[in-house]
Amino acid sequence: MATALFKSSRRAKGLLWTAGAALCAGGTAVILLLIMGYVVVQGIGALSWSFITHLPHPIGIPDGGVANGIVGTLIIVGIAAVIAFPIGILLGIYVGVYGHRHTANAIRFCADVLASVPSITIGVFAYALLVAPFKHFSAMSASFAFAILMVPLIVRTTEGAIRMVPIEMREAAVALGATDFQAMARCTLIAARPGIVTGLLLALARVTGETAPLLFTAFGSQFWELNPNNPMAELSLQIFTYAISPYREWHEQAWGGALILILAVFVLSLAARLALRRQPSANA
Amino acid sequence: MSPSTDFAGAAGMTTPTRRHKKPDWLASKIFTVALYGSCVVFLLLIAGLVEELVRGSMLSLRTFGLGFLWSSEWNPVTSQFGALPFIYGTVVSSAVALLLAAFSGVLAGIYLAEFAPRRVATGLALLIELLAAVPSVVYGLWGLFVLAPFVTNWLGPLLQATLGFLPIFQGNIFGVNMLLAGLILALMIVPTIVVVTRDLILAMPMRYREASIALGATRWEAVSKVILPALRPGIFGACMLALGRALGETIATTMVIGNRPAISVSLFAPGYTMASVIANEFTEATTNIYLSALVELGLLLLVISVIVNGAGRLLLRLLQRSA
Repeated sequence: MATALFKSSRRAKGLLWTAGAALCAGGTAVILLLIMGYVVVQGIGALSWSFITHLPHPIGIPDGGVANGIVGTLIIVGIAAVIAFPIGILLGIYVGVYGHRHTANAIRFCADVLASVPSITIGVFAYALLVAPFKHFSAMSASFAFAILMVPLIVRTTEGAIRMVPIEMREAAVALGATDFQAMARCTLIAARPGIVTGLLLALARVTGETAPLLFTAFGSQFWELNPNNPMAELSLQIFTYAISPYREWHEQAWGGALILILAVFVLSLAARLALRRQPSANA
Repeated sequence: MSPSTDFAGAAGMTTPTRRHKKPDWLASKIFTVALYGSCVVFLLLIAGLVEELVRGSMLSLRTFGLGFLWSSEWNPVTSQFGALPFIYGTVVSSAVALLLAAFSGVLAGIYLAEFAPRRVATGLALLIELLAAVPSVVYGLWGLFVLAPFVTNWLGPLLQATLGFLPIFQGNIFGVNMLLAGLILALMIVPTIVVVTRDLILAMPMRYREASIALGATRWEAVSKVILPALRPGIFGACMLALGRALGETIATTMVIGNRPAISVSLFAPGYTMASVIANEFTEATTNIYLSALVELGLLLLVISVIVNGAGRLLLRLLQRSA
């Protein structure tokens, strides 16, 4: 029967290529599972109550943790969100509604350019602007760098979400006597909310996993630090330091930290997908 | 009350009373100011970014001129700085990544769009998109402790046994090397290529497929001889976007490339990238000229990334316009 299946060599060639394509798709997906599997298996051993509540300990002293890194991540990403959310959403509204104007085109172009700048270069900029003049590293400068990374993403997703809302909706509101602002705030923005929230969550996920700019902005710390004006520990930075250290004990902690980090990022990414599902007209 | 607000009431909207109206008027003003204000802040920010980087690299630009790009000496002690080893490492590791990711990514995209059953396609796409969300430090960790031993013990010897006549596969296999960096980068960029290829194919009108199959093409021929050629600029665009990400990637490459500023033909030798040298040496740069040379690398990285990403976006936009 197999000969019937491969009757024509063209068909055989097609089947072969299709199988190859399936292998590529499956293989790529399997790699994610492999990475996840390793992180879970290696990381679960390091996870413990003391790991998430203790400060880092010097080598040789057991029960060290990454508590200050977790708190540091929350503070740094939190401040970055406070800066980036309003600016990103406002720019997205501007570009989405007045998209035909020259200024809007300029903003869109700048957002594209900024989105393509490597994060390490953004770190250099944050260093030049907020670290060098004050002569000390600070969590603030890291938040600034993260905010710059987030804004272009938020602009593009907000613009997309607003464009998805039919223009008739705003026209109807205005026809009923609403001002421009009322139409925007009470109709268009409400309708576009799921898409906007998706963009915000994706931007959060993006910077939560980001490490490069932190090397010379937040710098890291061994201590509890809640003041954003001082150098601060951060989870992904701790993982980096531990991973390239020569100590087995620290390698284990790096896997533990990686497990926490990857879970946080995946939860944010999946939440972003769920948020989008609430937007009926969107499918992306 | 103006006639228009009367209509609003009649149409069942909440009747705007004075109490309602005034804050809205104020909010509307604030909103407008904030809207234009954020535009100004944003444009200033971009200008500031370019200005700071140019100003920071001025000293290095003046001292080394264009020679910075092709000098291969990087010596902080004698204050001689040349970027060639880093440019080489960046280009080679990204090229390896792109070669691997482009081939398998396009094929995977075709499978998801054309051949996979719907449930399978959704599941695979979810996993592949999550691959893009994995933090780069986790890629580095995994590359260092899982992929590195695999490359030194299995893949390296295998490549040397089969393709050892190629200079790129000769020499000692180091624990961390450019091939490893290329592999990790390939994993990081492949989701972009898969997702864009899939979306491009799905956006193709059904009639092309139907027409070619009606003319006797097999399903694979319909894809490879009709759909893919039409999408070529878009797929190139996706590859450019992916390349842009690989060129600027820092943490993962820093962890697995070996960080040795030497130019070697063998992929099994350690290398160094522009982003990695900034990451490793920026806080240790003790002299002004050292710091300036590193900032210039950052500026160079910015220029390259903006060009590559811009080309990618342009290609994708051209395709959208012609479709």
